[in-house]
Amino acid sequence: MRVKTEIVSTLGFLERNLSLVRRYLGWEIVFMTYNIVNALTIGFIGVTQGKQFVMYLTIGALVWGFLSVLFHEISESVAWERWEGTIEYTFMAPIHRFTQLFGSCLFAIVYGLIRTVLILFFVALFLGLSLKQANLGAALVVLVVSGLSFIGLGLVAAILPLMSTEKGAQATHIMEAVILLVSGVYYDVSVLPKWLQPLSAFSPATYSLRALRGALLEGKSLTELWPTVLLLLAIGVLLIPLGLIAFNQAEIYAKRTGKLKRNG
Amino acid sequence: MNAIHCRNINKHFKQKKVIALREIDFTVPKGETFGIIGPNGSGKSTLVRILSTLLIPDTGSATVFTHDVVRSPMAVRRMINRVSVDAAFFKKLSAWENLRYAARLYGVPKKQAREKTLAILDSMGFPKKRFDEPLEELSRGMQQKVAIARSLFTSPILLLLDEPTTGLDPRSKKEVQDFIFGLKRQTDITVLLTTHDMAEAETLCDRIAIINGGGFIAVDKAERLKDRFGVNDLEAVFMRSTGKEWEESEQDAEGRD
Repeated sequence: MRVKTEIVSTLGFLERNLSLVRRYLGWEIVFMTYNIVNALTIGFIGVTQGKQFVMYLTIGALVWGFLSVLFHEISESVAWERWEGTIEYTFMAPIHRFTQLFGSCLFAIVYGLIRTVLILFFVALFLGLSLKQANLGAALVVLVVSGLSFIGLGLVAAILPLMSTEKGAQATHIMEAVILLVSGVYYDVSVLPKWLQPLSAFSPATYSLRALRGALLEGKSLTELWPTVLLLLAIGVLLIPLGLIAFNQAEIYAKRTGKLKRNG
Repeated sequence: MNAIHCRNINKHFKQKKVIALREIDFTVPKGETFGIIGPNGSGKSTLVRILSTLLIPDTGSATVFTHDVVRSPMAVRRMINRVSVDAAFFKKLSAWENLRYAARLYGVPKKQAREKTLAILDSMGFPKKRFDEPLEELSRGMQQKVAIARSLFTSPILLLLDEPTTGLDPRSKKEVQDFIFGLKRQTDITVLLTTHDMAEAETLCDRIAIINGGGFIAVDKAERLKDRFGVNDLEAVFMRSTGKEWEESEQDAEGRD
């Protein structure tokens, strides 16, 4: 009975967020248009360098789009609820925190995939991209496994708005910016200054992009990509429980210091 | 059976350098409507937050129907619900969308939730046609009625009402008060009501605690409190018991809640 309630609650988060998307439809259209145009402009940079480079850049734009949606939706779900003042009601409900966070993650995956597919459709239409050489099955596996590690990162980042709404959101954005800089989204990490390059090893996006480019540009099989996929899986398996434990500790801290209030 | 049992609760907030609650010690038997009156910042909301499992006391303990709020929060959460002074909702969503979300969290079937909340709202004079409008388009009074419906459709056996009528227009205030009064007569729900409206406390509550500076000064039935201090109204009871004017206490306590 409790399991059923927890599953229904998970759907509640999905349903609530979909209702919010519907109510903010105007903004959704604006952001989607911006993201499509953004991906196109990045793709156009590579036109003079040939189709392969266009694909290289487009994969960066799409993967980053997907991973950053996951990261944002999860980390900002807490900030959003604190701004609305509803977080006390969500935390007061008889559900496990895992259910709440899993519900946010589920929505983020569905939302991120829909956005990415839509952007891919328009980018392919405008830039005439071909995926003949791509190993789409391997790419999908890499994307799903990458999602796990970014969910883990999102859970860790969700702690920050729990501590302080505004400063937490600011810190989350800085964290995202650093990942964008060091992960080789639009360039190979070898072009980074020497002192910055070691940071790329700590970002799961580095491995996601490397594996996805291997699958989509070079048609590499899952067997060839296995070491990178395994590493991504290990990061996800490590970060998700770590994120949950850290979130739990942060919740206790927030309840000791009175940080759950709207103005906390 | 006691619905609430608080034993020597102390709470301070380091950052604000305030003592929010000091040596709070009281019990509320099942079925009682217990009022807490005190000026802004006297510690009322802090106490409600502790009972709602949203705040951990520094020392002391609180139980709800024998379940400790810190050690068994999930058991407590299944028995309670709360209305706070600010109707906290996703303001872009409609009343129904907000309530449907709450229904999912509490495992109440959607159809049952809709029927029950509409019945509760109807009894408070909430127009049914506005049920599907975004909450940001509803008046403060209407939003508070939706908050009350949200707290009741989950069938709590302990209802925590934290200044539910503060800031409402006179008509909405009366409708909410009448609803609480009806609830008290028709059910055996236990209610903890915080307010700074003396008349409201006197009409709705079986017993009243006066809180100031984070501590209970007196706890008794309204009539007995007035007799004890030899005055005719609760505001005079407050002044006699604290030696301060109401407004003066509010200034002293700024930032405590």
